[in-house]
Amino acid sequence: MGGRWTRIGLRAASGLTLAFLYIPIVIVVIYAFNDSKNQSWLRLIDSIGSRGLGGTFSLHWFDIAVNNDQVRESFFLSLQAAVGATIVALILGSAAAFAVHRHRFFGRDAVSFIVVLPIALPGIVTGMALNAAMNAGIRGFDVGPLHLTSPQFGIFTIIVGHATFCVVVVYNNVVARLRRLGHSLEEASMDLGADSWQTFRRITFPALATAVVAGALLAFALSFDEIIVTTFTAGTEQTLPIWIFANFRLPNARPIVNVVALGMILLSVFPVYLSARLAGSESAGSIR
Amino acid sequence: MTAIDTSSAIPPSLLRRASAALYRRPRLVLGALLAPPVLWLVVIYLGSLVLLLVSSLWRLDPITTAIVREPSLQNFAELFSLDKPYLGIAAHTAVIAGIVTLVDSALAFPLAFFMARVASPRTRGVLFIAITLPLWISYLVRVYSWRIILSDDGFLNWILSFVGLTGPGSLGDLPIALVFSYIWLPYMILPTYASLERIPQSLLEASSDLGGHAWMTFRRIILPLAFPGIVAGSIFTFSLTLGDYITPTIFSGDQFIGNVVFGHVGVSGNLPFAAAYATVPVLIMAAYLLIARRLGAFEAL
Repeated sequence: MGGRWTRIGLRAASGLTLAFLYIPIVIVVIYAFNDSKNQSWLRLIDSIGSRGLGGTFSLHWFDIAVNNDQVRESFFLSLQAAVGATIVALILGSAAAFAVHRHRFFGRDAVSFIVVLPIALPGIVTGMALNAAMNAGIRGFDVGPLHLTSPQFGIFTIIVGHATFCVVVVYNNVVARLRRLGHSLEEASMDLGADSWQTFRRITFPALATAVVAGALLAFALSFDEIIVTTFTAGTEQTLPIWIFANFRLPNARPIVNVVALGMILLSVFPVYLSARLAGSESAGSIR
Repeated sequence: MTAIDTSSAIPPSLLRRASAALYRRPRLVLGALLAPPVLWLVVIYLGSLVLLLVSSLWRLDPITTAIVREPSLQNFAELFSLDKPYLGIAAHTAVIAGIVTLVDSALAFPLAFFMARVASPRTRGVLFIAITLPLWISYLVRVYSWRIILSDDGFLNWILSFVGLTGPGSLGDLPIALVFSYIWLPYMILPTYASLERIPQSLLEASSDLGGHAWMTFRRIILPLAFPGIVAGSIFTFSLTLGDYITPTIFSGDQFIGNVVFGHVGVSGNLPFAAAYATVPVLIMAAYLLIARRLGAFEAL
């Protein structure tokens, strides 16, 4: 519809908006390969003119970033947190999805509400709430003669925080697949004499597996990038995003921050790409 | 031949008897499925939220800096006092959130329209992925990229120097509004696209059959039908801006609800006041959601 000029204008505006979305990401990638410690874009352009691409770009800072102790420690902490949170989210999210899809019970609608709540509320609210509860837990409760305390701030509390907002992505993926699957295959299996365990193992689980893995990958990406809730649940520990936040102002750390930023881009794009391939059309778009 | 009977019929295996027993007790299965997620989310998460709400009624003793666990409305009295900066900061945050929402709806509409009504199905699929993908790339990395772009000798000033302009710098409200608009833009595009895609072609044809030219069709048919989608997107752009403190911190803004809340938790250890102030964005959002629902945004989500 519309005239020829309307359509050209529409195309141009769409192209510009897409460029707006991607130019910043491309620029981070370019900076990661910048050989110079200097962060000026003008210098970078001049350097391409005077020293060529080979003299301007290198893997120099990759080497330094990979061998930086703080970067390594935060990377492994982020990895542990993401794996831990993903496992917890897998169990909780799949269980909730099965309960909601297979059963009718009082408060069924409330389940999907409370699953979404941790990402619907501002991160700072979730973070502060968990922080307050964890502090109370660390101070401890008296139960009769016992004084019970919960663990200090650290990997455990990070996982608790991340798992809380990761449940929703697993839940959404599994519920969507269960809905699409319907009941007929399982009924056929039972009619043919399989018991409910065999039906689960031979029919339900294989049909769900890719949705479960897709949900897990998204949970991993979500946890690996998270900063706000982490700030409130990590104590003095540094995950990779917290390390960036603490270091991006330091001129000496900037080239390393650029490399870490590129690493974080890859570590979210790759799982999300895999997840979309596995889950088909029901994934990625609807969740965030 | 010894009696190793692998056929599952006689006698039924333990596993089979167990699954049969469970099959006859769906409530037991339901309980086992529901207990872990409900315990986690209700006890840990809702419990934490309730604790936060309760602690907003406590206060910090100014002399001992200890938290006094007696309910009072002192924090809220301070919050709503006109002598204090807090109401002004909340208003400032809401104005920036409003600007971000307007900028995003203007940026999102052409692209959403192109996707929904012009692009081929194949292009549409590619665009859908291209718009969703940035949401999964680390929020912090995307904000940080603007810090590089907006610095004095950065990319933006280099581009603008060709037309003799300079960018907004990397301090204050202008870069903050720009970066918020960038970060939340996909959240506006997706619901706008969804509402535009749902407009039946027949309505557009009917409009032009009845003599409505392109502009009139746009204003009288397309815009009203797309509006709920735009409102749905605005829920995200508005609420995410209200609660954020990372972006203002990176661009040295301190007049934001999130920063003040964060400052009270981290620097002064005044959790009760922070908790009280954190209810402000939640209340603003509750009001916003009520209005959004009247405008039909929930059907468009």
